[in-house]
Amino acid sequence: MMYGVSQFGYLVASVLFIFALHWMNTPATARRGVFAGIGGTGLAVLVTWADPSVIHHVWIILAIVAGFVVGVPLSRVPLTAVPQRTALSHAFGGAAAGLVGTAEYYLQLSEGGEHLSPFRMAALIAEIILGYLTLTGSLMAAGKLQEIKWIPQRPVIYRFQNVGNLLLAAIAVAIAVAVTASPTAPWAPALFAVVILLALLFGVLLIIPIGGADMPTVIAILNSYAGLSAVAMGFVLDNKLLITAGALDGSSGLILAIIMCKAMNRSFTNVLFGAFGQVKQAAATGEEKVYKPETAEGAAQVLEQANFVVVIPGYGMAVAQAQHKVRELYDQLKKRGVTVKFAIHPVAGRMPGHMNVLLAEADIPYTDLVEMDEINPDMPQVDVALVVGANDVVNPAARSDKTSPIYGMPIINADKARSVFAIKRSKNSGFAGIDNELYFADRTWMLFGDAKNVIGDLVKQLAGGSGMH
Amino acid sequence: MDFWPTLYVFVLATFIGLGVIRRVSRLLHTPLMSLTNAISAIAVVGAILITGGDYPLRIRVLGAIALFASMTNIVSGFLITDRMLKMFKTDTRGDGNRA
Repeated sequence: MMYGVSQFGYLVASVLFIFALHWMNTPATARRGVFAGIGGTGLAVLVTWADPSVIHHVWIILAIVAGFVVGVPLSRVPLTAVPQRTALSHAFGGAAAGLVGTAEYYLQLSEGGEHLSPFRMAALIAEIILGYLTLTGSLMAAGKLQEIKWIPQRPVIYRFQNVGNLLLAAIAVAIAVAVTASPTAPWAPALFAVVILLALLFGVLLIIPIGGADMPTVIAILNSYAGLSAVAMGFVLDNKLLITAGALDGSSGLILAIIMCKAMNRSFTNVLFGAFGQVKQAAATGEEKVYKPETAEGAAQVLEQANFVVVIPGYGMAVAQAQHKVRELYDQLKKRGVTVKFAIHPVAGRMPGHMNVLLAEADIPYTDLVEMDEINPDMPQVDVALVVGANDVVNPAARSDKTSPIYGMPIINADKARSVFAIKRSKNSGFAGIDNELYFADRTWMLFGDAKNVIGDLVKQLAGGSGMH
Repeated sequence: MDFWPTLYVFVLATFIGLGVIRRVSRLLHTPLMSLTNAISAIAVVGAILITGGDYPLRIRVLGAIALFASMTNIVSGFLITDRMLKMFKTDTRGDGNRA
């Protein structure tokens, strides 16, 4: 009887989860998705808690309370910190899967191990490997995104890196196979612990060669791993809700990772093992070129005369927290009847959709956020392209320069606009370390400074003597 | 244990996932990630069974930590997804609603 009730609860929860994701296809229905997700999770927690085998309630309550105590502040982080929060939550997801897997193995072992069939054992090993490597990998990613001092921001490359990693993976798999084949052997518990350590180490090694520009892809891949570890847990516990929810998460991460890779014209293996950093020094040795700087006053005059302005935001906008000033500029231009659109490159920022969320936070209507493929045909009609802290995603070398490391990457064709203003914090090259010809083009003028201040100055100029600010 | 039914569920759920996620608006990829993250924290189910079961202490400690980690993801994942989604508006005039 109880079995039927809980299975029915799990079934309903699975359906709710599918609807939750379905409703995300448009912002109009998306919030319904959250409620469906909460409903599904709540239902699953209740029917599981009501299971007769659950007899110790105090610990459950304490752990749930602790989850709220940490979870609520984590949901209030500034939106610029969302990439690291996301990475952190992948780490928590990986930790949960790894710990449950570990507990399950030693529990089965203490009960004689007769339930450890080869299939279940293989699933268990997959669960802990995926779980623990997601844990340390995501912590590393979160540390890089948060710019914690002792975690290197730049990719760390050393000799035999890929060979070393592959060798390590091969050792882990070999041990895993041995433990799967004889899970109750006297040496098995110790080797199980070795697999855990190797997975933890592997997570770190996988992330250290990865630079900031590749973070959107890596976060998506870690998302996928976290989902797959939940699937493996579902196999171990023979729980179809876990399998369904994990598969949804896994496929979501996979699709996002594919979209990110396509947007950079790179393959999965190239992101993970490509060591993007190596080309940097080579590209930096070009001859000195001259920027044409412009003042806020001059730029404001041009903006005022324009009919069609396209703003191209990048990670620099997030760093400078400039989205609210951008909104003021948007208002000023709109008031003058200027058409203003935002061109969003899929990999702008540090995670998929990062720019959209920041601009939405600043109350910019999402109907004015336009994808790269949609805006590019219109670029020749654009009077002013305003580049706010974006670099590689507008670098024309991606179209023309076969020697450039970003050659082939689809870009927003800012250089096709009638004029370009680029806001840049300093004269250094971008995150990928590559010179950007756009900045030296005839129709490009540079506005140097912190994006927030520069746009603030533009707004002041536009507001003029009207006493608005 | 007959594992074929669970493998079926996995394969079919993956296809449903690919089909559904493909149609998610690109605008919402960040909230999508936090939502799927909260949903996959359904690992809480396994954690509850281990924490609450009649098992040795060290096993239950592992379960309780896992339960805490999953619960954190559930709470922060759903809350931040909703917080972000509330910001997506078509027209902002005359609507002073800020989170």
